[in-house]
Amino acid sequence: MDNKSLVSIDDYTKEEILEVLAKAAEFEKNPNSNMLEGKVVSSLFFEPSTRTRLSFETAISRMGGKIVGFTDASSSSTTKGETLNDTIKMVSNYSDLIVMRHPIEGSARYASEVSDVPVINAGDGANQHPTQTMLDLYSIQKTQGTLENLNIFMVGDLKYGRTVHSLLMALSHFNPTFHFIAPKELEIPRAYKIFMDKNNIKYQEHTEFNSIINDADILYMTRVQRERFADPLEYEKVKNVYILKNDMLKDTRDNLRILHPLPRVNEIAVDVDANPKAYYFEQALNGVFARQAIIAKALDL
Amino acid sequence: MTKKKELQVRAIKNGTVIDHIPAELLFKVINILELDKCPTSVTIGNNYKSDMLGKKGIIKISEKFFEDDEINKISLITPNAKLNIIRDYQVVEKRVVEAPNKVEGIVKCMNPKCITNVEEVYTKFKVVNPSPITLKCHYCEKITDEKNIRIK
Ligand SMILES: [Zn+2]
Repeated sequence: MDNKSLVSIDDYTKEEILEVLAKAAEFEKNPNSNMLEGKVVSSLFFEPSTRTRLSFETAISRMGGKIVGFTDASSSSTTKGETLNDTIKMVSNYSDLIVMRHPIEGSARYASEVSDVPVINAGDGANQHPTQTMLDLYSIQKTQGTLENLNIFMVGDLKYGRTVHSLLMALSHFNPTFHFIAPKELEIPRAYKIFMDKNNIKYQEHTEFNSIINDADILYMTRVQRERFADPLEYEKVKNVYILKNDMLKDTRDNLRILHPLPRVNEIAVDVDANPKAYYFEQALNGVFARQAIIAKALDL
Repeated sequence: MTKKKELQVRAIKNGTVIDHIPAELLFKVINILELDKCPTSVTIGNNYKSDMLGKKGIIKISEKFFEDDEINKISLITPNAKLNIIRDYQVVEKRVVEAPNKVEGIVKCMNPKCITNVEEVYTKFKVVNPSPITLKCHYCEKITDEKNIRIK
């Protein structure tokens, strides 16, 4: 396996996370460079994800690189039945780096083993999306001045939300205290509770979304999706419980920042957007710097 | 009872006897160990009476001494199998099979959305818990637990 690839956030040690975040801060100061001059990056989106793709393509363009690839599987040869193995073998001959989004879980790890050049996972189904995690960490560090000893509140769908799981794993290096706010049906999976117990990470679970957020440094909101509920009545019961409204923020800490992986539907009321604690749009912009840093590391630049 | 067992065990001069295989899993064990490709003599017996298992199978393989990684594969389906190492008609060592550290190529990942179930990919798992055996897929990172282990 090519160890320069980034498939899962666990591929980075604590030191590597901090190194990449420091690099991201440099890119924020000087986003434009010629670091990728003469380099070709393949951007393979086997399923569409405009937000992630534009963020990567902006990062590559600002570093002076060239992009080849496709934006959904219908314009690739996979519709003609080509295997992922063959596509990756061919593409790795053409390019210096592969950025891949694919609906099948584990496809990114497999691609990294087949490819001669590093692979950056831009999401493999419900499995991993490590560049999102790095931009979340960068946003947290930037707004709090540190990643250590923070009170992290995660709200909404904690069962299926892959961004929640990866962020939890990454923050576990930094002595966090977690508060998980979710309906019973969408609580944090047992595997993660076992992990936190084993690693002496403090956490509490709540079903009520109320003034307990007054202790929060970070409020990480996610979407509660109707299709996650077997029983539609259960969804109706909770659909309006996990919505953040501006008046809930009046006694919260000054340093509190609200994050959301976007796109949002209705889980953050629009009146929150004007609150200085709302950070989700800046968070998305941080994605470009985080991805520049990840690319630079993958190519040893 | 003891006498009979000794007779079964002593039937080969040098090699390995695998005992206490649940009768219904005998042929799976043969597949996992790829005994169809074994060049030395292999004796297979099934449906012997067993107090513990009801009916059990026994496999005797002449001139074959398994490496740990090789034999521990069968613990995925027969965690209680016993090994008797035979030299010059004597049982020189008795062992139980142990959970391996990793499992490659034998088990199917239980996640239908995993790349290993979509393309021809050799499966790889880390054993995250030896008992009950719990496997974590190297690719999709999902857990396959004991009751969902299917042999490829
Ligand atoms: Zn899998």
